[in-house]
Amino acid sequence: MIRAVMVMNTQGKPRLTKFYDFQSVEKQQELIRSVFGVLCSRAENVSNFVDFDSIFGPDTRLVYKHLATLYFVFVFDSSENELAMLDLIQVFVETLDKCFKNVCELDIVFNYTKMHSILDEIVFGGQVLETSSAEVIKAVKSIG
Amino acid sequence: MGSTGGFGQSKEFLDLVKSIGEARSKAEEDRIVLHEIETLKRRITEPDIPKRKMKEFIIRLVYVEMLGHDASFGYIHAVKMTHDDNLVLKRTGYLAVTLFLNEDHDLIILIVNTIQKDLKSDNYLVVCAALNAVCRLINEETIPAVLPQIVELLGHQKEAVRKKAIMALHCFYQKSPSSVTHLISNFRKRLCDNDPGVMGATLCPLFDLITADVNSFKDLVISFVSILKQVAECRLPKSYDYHQMPAPFILIRLLKILALLGSGDKQASENMYTVVNDMFRKSDSSSNIGNAVLYECICCVSSIYPNPKLLEAAADVISRFLKSDSHNLKYVGIDALGRLIKISPEIAEQHQLAVIDCLEDPDDTLKRKTFELLYKMTKSSNVEVIVDRMIDYMISINDNHYKTDIASRCVELAEQFAPSNHWFIQTMNRVFEHAGDLVNVKVAHNLMRLIAEGFGEDDDSADSQLRSSAVESYLRIVGEPKLPSIFLQVICWVLGEYGTADEKFPASYITGKLCDVAEAYSNDETVKAYALTALVKIYAFGIATGRKVDMLPECQSLIEELSASHSTDLQQRAYELQTVISLDANAVESIMPSDASCEDIEIDKDLSFLNSYVQQALEKGAQPYIPENERDGMLNISSLRNQDDHEASMHGLRFEAYEVPKPVVPSRIPAVSLTSSTEFVPVPEPSYPREIHQPTSVLAMPDAGSSELKLRLDGVQKKWGRPTSSTSAPSTSNSTSQKTVNGAMQLAVMGTVNSKPRESPYDSRRPQVEISPEKQKLAASLFGPSSKSEKRPSSSGQKGEKASIHVPQKSQVSKAGVGSSNGMSVEKTAIQPAPDLLDLGELTAVSIASSVDPFTQLEGLLDPNQVPASVNHEAGGATKAPNIMALYADTPSSGQSIDIENQLPSNKDHANVLSGLLNSTSRSAHGGTIVMATTQFSKGPDPRNSLEKDALVRQMGVNTMSQNPNLFKDLLG
Repeated sequence: MIRAVMVMNTQGKPRLTKFYDFQSVEKQQELIRSVFGVLCSRAENVSNFVDFDSIFGPDTRLVYKHLATLYFVFVFDSSENELAMLDLIQVFVETLDKCFKNVCELDIVFNYTKMHSILDEIVFGGQVLETSSAEVIKAVKSIG
Repeated sequence: MGSTGGFGQSKEFLDLVKSIGEARSKAEEDRIVLHEIETLKRRITEPDIPKRKMKEFIIRLVYVEMLGHDASFGYIHAVKMTHDDNLVLKRTGYLAVTLFLNEDHDLIILIVNTIQKDLKSDNYLVVCAALNAVCRLINEETIPAVLPQIVELLGHQKEAVRKKAIMALHCFYQKSPSSVTHLISNFRKRLCDNDPGVMGATLCPLFDLITADVNSFKDLVISFVSILKQVAECRLPKSYDYHQMPAPFILIRLLKILALLGSGDKQASENMYTVVNDMFRKSDSSSNIGNAVLYECICCVSSIYPNPKLLEAAADVISRFLKSDSHNLKYVGIDALGRLIKISPEIAEQHQLAVIDCLEDPDDTLKRKTFELLYKMTKSSNVEVIVDRMIDYMISINDNHYKTDIASRCVELAEQFAPSNHWFIQTMNRVFEHAGDLVNVKVAHNLMRLIAEGFGEDDDSADSQLRSSAVESYLRIVGEPKLPSIFLQVICWVLGEYGTADEKFPASYITGKLCDVAEAYSNDETVKAYALTALVKIYAFGIATGRKVDMLPECQSLIEELSASHSTDLQQRAYELQTVISLDANAVESIMPSDASCEDIEIDKDLSFLNSYVQQALEKGAQPYIPENERDGMLNISSLRNQDDHEASMHGLRFEAYEVPKPVVPSRIPAVSLTSSTEFVPVPEPSYPREIHQPTSVLAMPDAGSSELKLRLDGVQKKWGRPTSSTSAPSTSNSTSQKTVNGAMQLAVMGTVNSKPRESPYDSRRPQVEISPEKQKLAASLFGPSSKSEKRPSSSGQKGEKASIHVPQKSQVSKAGVGSSNGMSVEKTAIQPAPDLLDLGELTAVSIASSVDPFTQLEGLLDPNQVPASVNHEAGGATKAPNIMALYADTPSSGQSIDIENQLPSNKDHANVLSGLLNSTSRSAHGGTIVMATTQFSKGPDPRNSLEKDALVRQMGVNTMSQNPNLFKDLLG
């Protein structure tokens, strides 16, 4: 199951966070900080996976993607496939890109509710629900 | 859309984001946010706020909380917003509460009612919004309040609702499995839903259910296999494709489920072989998602009952992964290798150099994964190299969590596979030195016991050699600063016990070192206690051999200091030391026999040896002893136990009746060591029966894999005696015997055809790569002699692996030359001479494809007895048929060419945005041409659009970091 989704910029400012098990505000901040700490210490051209059990508890790992000024991070457990999660980030980003026409960091900041609507269509209660960005956009548009 | 016109937000919010973006420090940011909170607190309570404004306030609250500040004052307003009739407002309200509240929050009670109402709404969007909230906000107690409605929604006409209802039930299952156990049949039914999306969603709860109880779902194996087959054969609507892969996420889920169902079940597994093999052939290894599916196939193959053909296919894919330049693929390659070597240990050998490359890779994740693999493939022939590497890595990292992990792995491997005791001690020293505070105390005790007991054989000279080498190394190490406490305890104990045993070092030298330790670590009482006891032993051994003992001045002052210590334990030890020194050689010899740490201690709990003395005293008129619990009003008498405690007794009460019975002295040391603490005193605990080790010593070593944390060094000596080069034949197997038995017959069955294609790419590639001799050496020590290793037949049985270390069969087999390449296939079939399912399967697959309608197929995956049920449910089969027709109307069954034309218009859009992506992934003619055409096309408007945006961005000053107008350029190519 997917435990958390985070989008943060390269300065460590969170842009979107969603935790699928409840975490207190303090714990959330701690997790965001430690994720950022891990990510910014990673070199270019290395794998997109990080073992994460020292921070998020046993049997967790994260997949991240660094795009422009943003990190997209998915935290999940061993019941998910790492490479598939990487593609899920891709689905998410593609959808955002279609939705906002060349998405940039500010779109994400200001369209907070829309971001969440999109994410809720893709991931539901920690499980992958939909992976076709066309379908997601259709659903989001119908909400208005 | 949303991106123009100031992002559709109010100026205030824009200003807030802008100022936070510009904040130079965390403190400044906090100040801004606190100010914002003040503003919101004030304004949110004003009367008659327009709803639009309220919505923005709520979003600002969410934003504030995401930055780590408390927004709880606004929770109630978010709850209120969920009651609103306007869908957008309602959704905002639900979003905010799901982010703010946990399921046990007090405010939830105010929402449950709204959720109930919304679940019944006619507007399916409202229902979806409520379902979203259900997952997060409903706890175990409130499940019954919404459960009936959600079950009803399983039959909703909109597939989006059905999908989410299933997921909501899944959430309930995770929270409280018992709440939905009566609904399992609903999950089974939904597996046959008309909509593939709903079917895919059903796989999530089924995966969890099957994980919990495999056996009650074995009947679904056939259904899952046929779904998998249909998905893999592109029978789903095109909209489920992702990067030219048919519904990959559903494929992956299905493979995971099959892996569970087929684990250890030959019959179930046989149903899966054909389809999994098809997946291996069909999956596109040029795209990430294709590789994800391939990786999942390998996981599945390694979990189900082994099939040689599939294992070979898996090995093929692994070698592709490992040779890839992508770190991600190398990572999954290493992981997959780790899964597969459990079944066919020989495959690691082919990839030895790739594995070593990964080990030396700068990528930490990859490195760790590789260590995990090495851990799995450790055996006595390569343990030295692997543990050495692990320790080097352990020293180089700072992450305590992982350090602990790897340290305990080193210890475990060393204990299980140590080639010699000397090596074991050296290794343990390194582990303790660098991660001593992180390892289990038991490990230290094991080490001490090993040094004390030696090999467990009648080889005293080897034992004493071992000890003196330990003493020497400890004397060298002990001067180093900041050693971990537990390591110092080991050092002190060994120095005390064996420091003077071989008379290489004078007692004064060792006592000096011990005093240094006690001084340097003056706030660690345990270490001081160990040091002090070690001093006692050294002096005692000195006295016993009749030498004159000169106490060093620093030792003298240490003892004086400790006799006044706050710790009664240290005090007692100090007094004991003083007493022991004042005794004569005979007495000392009997209380402190040399090298007796392993001797059993007889304890006379009744103190019967005192009987005559007591009798005498009583006859002389002494008072009889009254047990402690029969007295009252007495003060603590424990101090009386120590008859040397003159000072203390001067101040305290004195009771004549207990005046110092002299004969107690000899028994005191053992008695004390029992009572004071088993932790401090390195006498083996009485509860550790020594007999345990002797019986196991015979042949216990070979069956490794037991994870118990106990030294298993006894009796292994003979094996380890050899030089590494000859023992390191890694493959090792019982193949010699197999060959003679199975040889001719199996050759006929398999032929060499299968092994050929697999080897050739490897061989042809190999000479091109320049391999440093250093790496080759490492490879050799990890995997065995590198020369032509891939040609060697290798083991299949776990057991043979270790048992056959001595068997010099390696040379035998490679001498056989011609026979060796056949040997491989012999091996393969020997594992499991299964009938060739694949050819058969292909036949059936083809015939089905040509003769049966795709959608009846999808129906066909229903459990036979489920069919009627679901038909009824769907209000008659007649209305159903056209429905399905519509669904599959645009399913391309005839081929790609039609497909291109059909898809062209829609594809343009797609390619427009993602041209780069498609470019890189698409190999097929289909993608290629369209993309070429449309990229040109789309170049026009894009940069202008993004430049405009960039200008706005700059104006906002939020992300000054970016110099890239098109911020997602790197994504888009």
